[in-house]
Amino acid sequence: MPKLALFLILIHFLPFLCTSFSPENPSSRRVLVLLDDLALKSSHSVYFKSLQSRGFELDFKLADDPKIGLQRYGQYLYDGLILFCPTTERFGGSIDLAAILDFVDSGHDLIIAADNNASDLIREIATECGVDFDEDPAAMVIDHTSYAVSETEGDHTLIASDDFIKSNVLLGSEKIEAPVLFQGIGHSLSPANSLVLKVLSASPSAYSANPKSKLSSPPSLTGSAISLVSILQARNNARILISGSLVMFSNRFFRSGVQKAGTPTKHEKSGNEQFLTELSKWVFHERGHLKAVNIQHHKDGEADEPSMYRINDDLVYSVEIYEWSGRSWEPYVADDVQVQFYMMSPYVLKNLSTDKKGRYFTAFKVPDVYGVFQFKVEYQRLGYTSLSLSKQIPVRPYRHNEYERFIPAAYPYYGAAFSMMAGFFIFTAVHLYNK
Amino acid sequence: MVGKAEPVNGSVKSGSNQSIPATMQSPLKKSDLIPNLSLKTLKLKTKQQELLIRVSILCLVYVLAFITRLFSVLRYESMIHEFDPYFNYRTTLFLTEKGFYEFWNWFDSESWYPLGRIIGGTLYPGLMVTAAIIYWLLRFLRFAIHIREVCVLTAPFFASNTTLVAYFFGKEVWDSGAGLVAAALIAICPGYISRSVAGSYDNEGVAIFALLLTFYLFVKAVNTGSLAWALASAFAYFYMVSAWGGYVFIINLIPLYVLVLLITGRYSMRLYVAYNSMYVLGMLLAMQIRFVGFQHVQSGEHMAAMGVFFLLQVFFFLDWVKHLLSDTKLFQAFLRITVTTAIGVGAIALGVGMASGYISPWTGRFYSLLDPTYAKDHIPIIASVSEHQPTAWSSFMFDFHILLFLFPAVCLISAIAVSATIKNLTLVARAKSKVTQTGSVRGSSSSKGSSKASLDQSQPFQRNGAIALLLGAFYLLSKYATHCTWVTSEAYSSPSIVLAARGAHGNRVIFDDYREAYFWLRKNTPPDAKVMSWWDYGYQITAMGNRTVIVDNNTWNNTHIATVGRAMSSYEDEAYEIMRSLDVDYVLVVFGGVTGYSSDDINKFLWMVRIGGGVFPVIKEPDYLVNGEYRVDKGAAPKMLNCLMYKLSYYRFGELTTEYGKPPGYDRARGVEIGNKDIKLEYLEEAFTTSNWIVRIYKVKPPNNRW
Repeated sequence: MPKLALFLILIHFLPFLCTSFSPENPSSRRVLVLLDDLALKSSHSVYFKSLQSRGFELDFKLADDPKIGLQRYGQYLYDGLILFCPTTERFGGSIDLAAILDFVDSGHDLIIAADNNASDLIREIATECGVDFDEDPAAMVIDHTSYAVSETEGDHTLIASDDFIKSNVLLGSEKIEAPVLFQGIGHSLSPANSLVLKVLSASPSAYSANPKSKLSSPPSLTGSAISLVSILQARNNARILISGSLVMFSNRFFRSGVQKAGTPTKHEKSGNEQFLTELSKWVFHERGHLKAVNIQHHKDGEADEPSMYRINDDLVYSVEIYEWSGRSWEPYVADDVQVQFYMMSPYVLKNLSTDKKGRYFTAFKVPDVYGVFQFKVEYQRLGYTSLSLSKQIPVRPYRHNEYERFIPAAYPYYGAAFSMMAGFFIFTAVHLYNK
Repeated sequence: MVGKAEPVNGSVKSGSNQSIPATMQSPLKKSDLIPNLSLKTLKLKTKQQELLIRVSILCLVYVLAFITRLFSVLRYESMIHEFDPYFNYRTTLFLTEKGFYEFWNWFDSESWYPLGRIIGGTLYPGLMVTAAIIYWLLRFLRFAIHIREVCVLTAPFFASNTTLVAYFFGKEVWDSGAGLVAAALIAICPGYISRSVAGSYDNEGVAIFALLLTFYLFVKAVNTGSLAWALASAFAYFYMVSAWGGYVFIINLIPLYVLVLLITGRYSMRLYVAYNSMYVLGMLLAMQIRFVGFQHVQSGEHMAAMGVFFLLQVFFFLDWVKHLLSDTKLFQAFLRITVTTAIGVGAIALGVGMASGYISPWTGRFYSLLDPTYAKDHIPIIASVSEHQPTAWSSFMFDFHILLFLFPAVCLISAIAVSATIKNLTLVARAKSKVTQTGSVRGSSSSKGSSKASLDQSQPFQRNGAIALLLGAFYLLSKYATHCTWVTSEAYSSPSIVLAARGAHGNRVIFDDYREAYFWLRKNTPPDAKVMSWWDYGYQITAMGNRTVIVDNNTWNNTHIATVGRAMSSYEDEAYEIMRSLDVDYVLVVFGGVTGYSSDDINKFLWMVRIGGGVFPVIKEPDYLVNGEYRVDKGAAPKMLNCLMYKLSYYRFGELTTEYGKPPGYDRARGVEIGNKDIKLEYLEEAFTTSNWIVRIYKVKPPNNRW
C-alpha cells in the first residue's frame, strides 16, 4: 500500500522529471537544428557533440524539410533553435519569419549563424533582433592588420579577433587566451535597440567589403562598429546569439592553430571552441539565469504581510534570489541589489544586505507621504536575467484616533477652555444669586 | 376669521392649479363638506375646515413633489445618474458596508493613482450619512431594500420635505396661504427638479432642504428671539455644511440679512441673540466636518460672517453705553471714536491676516461666481466644468421660468405675491357677487347694500377686471405647471449614462454603451488595472468598473489632470512614456462620431489641451487650431490629426460608413469627414469598443520584447 501511494505521488512529478524547459528548470533541453546541408552535421560535429554531451537533444533537420514545425497543438516542441542555414530563402513546413519571432517572444532561445551570401530571410530575422548585416551580399569582413597568419597571404578575410566583451557571465570565468578565428559577414547593431550587445567585435582597422572587387567607394561598415558576434537578451529573457560566420563553428576552425598578425605567439588551438561553447552555455540558460522568489514585506515585529501600510511605519522587505547553475538553483551572492519604495519617483532607495544563502533583506521607515507605493527591484546586470519585481502597496495617513491625544503644545488651549468654563459657571452663579 | 378663511380658499385654487389631482380633490372636498353642513351632525368649525383643507393640500403637494421626480425611474430604470452621484453612491455603499469610522478614515487607493485620495477628509458626508441612516432605518423596520434604491429616492424624498419647510417659511414670513403657494411652487420649480430627480443622488438634493431649513429657523429665531430656535438653526446650518460646499452662500447671506437689518435700524435684542448663538454654535459645529475644518476662521469667504458678528458686539456695546450715558453729545463723540476704532482694528486684522497668509484669499470658484469670465481667463479647470459656465439667457429662462434655483427666497416672494394678488382679487370678486346676490334675493335693498352697490357702481369695471385678472393669473399658473411638468419629463429625467434618441421610424433607441464598457472593464481586466481617461469618467469607472483611475471628477490635483491632458494631446510615442510612468494599463475614450453624441472627448479635447498646456508649456493650443478654428477634417492642424486623442477616437473609423450617402469616416457629431482615416497604433491596441462606438477602450502594450 505505501508503495502504491509512493508511486501515485511520484507519478505526479513525472512531468517535472521530463527534460523540458520550465521555470523550475530553465535550461533548454530540446533543440532544433536547421541545416542547409546535412554535411554540416559532420563538419561541425565538435560543436554539436559539446552540446549533446551537456544533455541537449539535438534534432537535425534540413531547412527546407516540409515536415518541420516549431509547435504542435499550441505547444512548442523545442526549447531552442539553431539556424545553421545561412542561404535558405524559405523554410519548409510551418516555419517562417513570424513563427521564429513568436518562438523567441514566447521565451525560447535562438542561435543564428549567417555567412556572406546570407539570404534575405536570415537577414530579416537578424534585423528583427536588432542586427543589420552588411547590405552587400558579397561583402566580408577584411582586416589587414589583425588577420590570422596562414601559409598563403590570402585576402585577409580570415580574422583573428580577441576583442571580447568583458563578462564572466557570458564567457565563463576562464580567460580565453587564443584569438577567435572568424570568416564571414560583418554586422552593425541597430542604434534603436537597447538590448543587443557586441560580444566579439572587429578591430579598429577592419572594414566590410567585397574582397574580390576593387574598393570603389568607402565601405559602409568600418572599424570597431563592426560586430562579429552579437547577443541579445529579450525582455522575456529569451536569449539570441547572432554570428556573421557559420564556418567559425566548424571542426576545422575549432582545431586549427592561430597566430594573429603582428604578434609573435602562435596558439596551438584557436579560441573558437572555448568561446562558442561558453557562449552556448549562456544562450541555453546554463549560466546567468536568476530567479527571484518569496518576496516578502511586513511590519517590523510582525510576520504577516499587511494589505496597507500607514505613514511612518517600520517595515522589513526581503526577497530570495537564486542563480541556475545548469543543474540546480544556487544562492546568488551580490552586494548591489537595491530596492526602491516608489511612487512616481523613488522615496526610499536602499541596498539589500544578503545572508549569502540567497536571501536579501532590508528594513526601513515608510516615508511621511501617503499614496500607492511600489516595492521595486530593478536588477539589470550584463549577462544576467533582468529582474524587475514590483509589488504594489498603498500607504494610508493616520486614522482619526491614531494621533497623539495629549500634546504639550495644546495644554494652554486645554487650560483656556477649562478656565473659561469655570469662569462662566462662577459668573452665572454670581449674576443669578447675588443681586 | 371668515375673512381669513376666504383667502385660504383662494390660495387653495392657486395651489390646486399646479396639480391636477388637487383640482380634482378640492371641489370634492367642498361637496363633501356641504352635506355635512346640511346634516349638521358633523359640523366642523371654520377653523377646523381650514385646517383640514390646508393639511390635505400640503399632503398633496408633498406627494406631488415626490412623484413629479419619478419620470426618470419610469422612463429608464432605478439607476444613479450622471457623474458625481456615482461617487456618492460608491461612498454610501462603503459606509453601509464598513461603518462610519471606516468611512471617516477611508483612504481610497483606487482613484488618483498613484497619489490616492483621503475620501473621509475630502467630502461632505451629509448626503451619504443621510442615505445610510434611511437605509438602516428601513432595514430596522424589516424592509429588505437595496441601498441603490435608497440613494435613487433620497433626492425626491428631500424635495418633498423641502415643500414642508417652504410652507412653514411662507407662513412665518407672510401667512399660511402664502406658505401653501410657496410649497406648491417649490415642488415644481424646474431649477430645483433638475437637481433632485430620482437618481440624481447629489449633494444639492439634501442641501437645498437644509438651506431652506436654516433660513426658516433663523428667521423664526429672529422673530421670536428664542435661544431654542437659534440653536435649531445652528444645527440646520451644521447639516447644511455637512451636505454641500454651497453652505458658503448661507454664511454670507445670513450676515447680509443681519447687516440690512442693522442699517435699516431694526437692531433688536432678538436679532442679537439669534445671530450670535447661531453663528458661534454653527461655526463650532461646522468645524467638525473634516473637509471644512478651520475655514470658518481662516478663509476669505467666511470673513463677512465674522465681521458682522463683531459688528453686532459693537452695536450691543454702544447700546449699553447709550443706556448709561444720558448726554447725547457725549454719546455722539463716543460713537464716532468707537466706530472708527472698530473699523480700523477690523481692517488691520484682515490686512495682517491676509498678508501673513493666515486668512486665505478667495478661491477661484468664488471669483468666477462674481465674474463669470474670470475662470475662462485664469483657471481652465474651473471653466471646463459645465456647471461653472456662465449661464446662457435661454437656459436661464428654461431652467427658472419664473423662479430662480439658488434663491428659494424668490420662490417665497413670488408665492407671497401670487397669494396676495389672488387674495385681493377674490376679495373684490366675491364681495361684488355677494352684494348682487343679496340684492337680487332680498329685493329690497338695505342701506348698507345700496351704499356698497353705489360704491361699486362708481367703479364699473372693477369686478370684471378682477375676474379677468384672476382668470389670467390662473392661466399663467396653469401654464407654469404644464411647463414644469414638460421640462421635467423632457429635459431633466435623462440619466445621461443611458442615452436615448429617436430612430428613423420615430421609435426610441437606447444607447447603453457606458454601462456596457464599464461592465467589460469589470469582467475582463485584471483587478489592479489602471485606467486612464479624461476626468469626467473617473467616478463612473471606479464605481461601475471597479478599476483604479488616474484622475476623476474630484479635480483636486491640477498637475495630475494636466499630465493626463498632456498625454492625450501628445503624439503616441510621447504619450506612451507618460502612460508608462503612470503604470497605465488601459485608456478609455468617449467617442460620439457614430451616434452623433456631441459631448464626447473630441469636443472636450481643447480643454485637455488648455489644462495640459497650463502646466506643461510644451503643449500649445494654437498647434491644434487652424486660423483659430477647431476642426477634425482634412484641413485640421497636423498635430491635431496625429495626437493620441484623435488616433484613439478615430481608429478604424475611416472604414465605417455612418450615414447613407456620405463617404466613409463621416463624423456625425461634428458633421465632417475626418481628415486622417489611416490611423495606425504602435503602442496601444484596441481592446474593446461598445456597440455604438461611444466608449472605446485601448490596452497599452508592454514594451517590445526584443527592442
